[in-house]
Amino acid sequence: MSPKILVADDEPNIVISLEYLLKREGYTVVIARDGQEALEAITRELPDLVLLDVMMPKKTGFEVCQEVRANDALQDIKILMLTAKGRDTDVAKGTALGADGYMTKPFATRELVQKVAEMLGKAA
Amino acid sequence: MSRLKIDRRLMLAIAVIGLATVLWLLLTMGLIASTLEPEQRALLADQLAPRFVLIGLTWVFGLVAIGATLHWLFRRYASAPGRLLEQTKVLLAAPQAAPMNHHGTTETQALAEVIFQLATQRDSLRQDVVTQIAQASMSVQQEKNRLAALMSELTQSVVVCNLDGRIILYNSRARLQFKTLSVAPTLAGGAELVGIGRSIYAVFDRQLVAHALESIQQRISRGAGSPSAQFVTTTQAGQLLKVQMAPVRNVDASGGATEISGFVLMLDNVTRAFEEEHLRDQLLHGLTEGSRSSLANIQAAVEMLAYPDLDAPMRERFLAVVREEVNSMGTRINTMTQQATQGLKARWPLEEMLGADVLLATQRRIEARSQRPVTLENLDASVWLKVDSFSLTQALDYLALRLAEEFDVKFFRLRLQSHGNRAQLDLIWTGQAMSTETVMSWEMDSMRFGNESTPLTVRDVVERHGGEMWFERERVRHEAFFRFLLPMASMQEQLEATQILQNDSRPEYYDFDLFQVTDQSRELDDRLLSELSFTVFDTETTGLNPSEGDEIIQIGAARIVNSKLLRQESFEQLVNPGRLIPAATIPIHGITQDMVKGKPPITEVLPAFYAFAQDTVLVAHNAAFDMKFLQLQERHTGLVFNHPVLDTLLLSAVVHPNQESHRLEAIAERFNITVLGRHTALGDAMVTAEVWLRLLPLLQAMGITTLRQAREAAQKTYYARLKY
Repeated sequence: MSPKILVADDEPNIVISLEYLLKREGYTVVIARDGQEALEAITRELPDLVLLDVMMPKKTGFEVCQEVRANDALQDIKILMLTAKGRDTDVAKGTALGADGYMTKPFATRELVQKVAEMLGKAA
Repeated sequence: MSRLKIDRRLMLAIAVIGLATVLWLLLTMGLIASTLEPEQRALLADQLAPRFVLIGLTWVFGLVAIGATLHWLFRRYASAPGRLLEQTKVLLAAPQAAPMNHHGTTETQALAEVIFQLATQRDSLRQDVVTQIAQASMSVQQEKNRLAALMSELTQSVVVCNLDGRIILYNSRARLQFKTLSVAPTLAGGAELVGIGRSIYAVFDRQLVAHALESIQQRISRGAGSPSAQFVTTTQAGQLLKVQMAPVRNVDASGGATEISGFVLMLDNVTRAFEEEHLRDQLLHGLTEGSRSSLANIQAAVEMLAYPDLDAPMRERFLAVVREEVNSMGTRINTMTQQATQGLKARWPLEEMLGADVLLATQRRIEARSQRPVTLENLDASVWLKVDSFSLTQALDYLALRLAEEFDVKFFRLRLQSHGNRAQLDLIWTGQAMSTETVMSWEMDSMRFGNESTPLTVRDVVERHGGEMWFERERVRHEAFFRFLLPMASMQEQLEATQILQNDSRPEYYDFDLFQVTDQSRELDDRLLSELSFTVFDTETTGLNPSEGDEIIQIGAARIVNSKLLRQESFEQLVNPGRLIPAATIPIHGITQDMVKGKPPITEVLPAFYAFAQDTVLVAHNAAFDMKFLQLQERHTGLVFNHPVLDTLLLSAVVHPNQESHRLEAIAERFNITVLGRHTALGDAMVTAEVWLRLLPLLQAMGITTLRQAREAAQKTYYARLKY
């Protein structure tokens, strides 16, 4: 079975590209449109990796990340955070709260695909 | 008395001599008789017996002669020193020595001459001292003038305070600055904020100043050269002030600086600069972070479009994304350049501080407030932070307080370490697990400490530092902590902050002693009248019956500090009474309906007057009348005038109980006070102030020296029984 990826972002304009891209790469893609939805999707679908946007309604990416890491059943899920904030303090915070990777918008889709493959490869 | 004493001593001497001569006579006769035959003895007795009276007479005569001689000698040698004593006493009391013109023995006359010379010497010494004092005070005056000239040249506002926060000196620039800070700029013109003897805490938070003083102390103890601190604060009127504080230190005999006796504040109103910077920040933020998402969307879509196997409907969707995002970026840039909306917090000016000092200050603050022990962990003495230490310690204190109150955390640890180009400051505790949501929600709450509250949140504080803050748990050790990522000071900034000043000498113009520390701990009632500050005021009203609708139409007030009338720091304001001014009263106060038109109502004027009179004793002539008007407004303004009040009418009756009139004019006439502008509120207030200054020494002479005594004495007079 192909690895399952959850794309959690409130902006449909990025979601459409990410969905197309990741499906093309052969992944199973699940979508969440806010933090709350993302958390529910994670516990329900148990994806292999989450592309987690930081600025989301209801719950921020930081909060989602922290709650995932607090749940023992979800420890294997990889989290790649995406953010429009370019500050190094955000990177430090994300990493401290348990994110496995961090990408700042805008990013090259090729790099994203590479990063995702890398993170899933390590897990395999 | 002394005359009688001398006589008695003289009499005693004469009696002794008389007795001695009688004894001598009897002895001589006895001896002669013992050498004679019995018949010769009988013959002699026969011969002498009839002549005994003669012998007695010569004895008496001899005694009188001796007595007279003794008396003469006594007069000459015993009473002359007595006279000299009296004359010397006169000389002692005299302001200027006069020759004594002493008639006595040669010895006492010589003595008198020497005493006179001593007195003359004393006089010339006195004269020297007076001259020297005059010279010294002249040079002090010159120094003061020089300082005043210097200060008035400064474009920065300068305020000097003693340790109690009382203003000792300020320049005209400061006066202007405070005017813009005043909530009632047109009424008191800032005079209710800045003034000699006024408390700086009317403008600045006491804690803020204490905190800045504390960090200065720390720097001094560390040997820093020019220990100063700065802070930025918002005032009641919404202005942003950047304040630099430098200590004023006492100098001991050897010229070394010792403990702090006061501080100098240099104020900069940075409101406008900050608004501009705020705007720039917003633009920058909008252009960078705001555009990142759109750019990401476009980039991803464009890269998808590059795939050759893309079908037509999908291609159309990606093109739509690109169009939409390009459009929205254009709109964003347009709105951004056209209008600045709310957004980022302004960048706060931060101060270089040794991390260890921040931790120490936080430790003290938490221990004092939450009563929980705080330990410091691996204190890295090399970490320099760039922080707003007041708000940062406040944030840490707030978090600790909530942990202690809501989760019963027993003790805390503070840890500081550098991590890359940032520092991590952790507030660590052990105890029951808590949900991240709960504790992280605290960062959005306004910080409250009992009755004290600030509109700031922990998040605001974090943003001021351009930092981050989060909650982490270490399950294995049952520990949890809040981690603050904070900016560190650059090497250059560290160097400047640690620079040791070699030359510790003070500039010349500090050379006068204005820093007598007053004892604030005593109750106002027991403090000396001479050391209190007074607000002498008067009101003009539409009539004499406040309870029947009469209103204040003018308030005038003057300040007395250190027994000096501060004429330039006065308060005068016409008030719109909201009713007609009876024509009959206009000749008395000279205020017409036209004059009060457009003037502020009493509800606006009283708050300004209240601030002007803060921390002082109110003085008025027939104070009960004016106080009644003020008290009737309490309902509308919520301001309770519970200042201590002294009444010059009653106190005049205390000092001159036998005078018929205690009207202000009559008292002014008694004291020979020139009356100018009588029957304007300020004019009357000034006259009352002059009267009070003259009553003060007279009361002191009666033993009435404290506020309590003055009030009690006034209560006992006949006039105190009149009621309004």
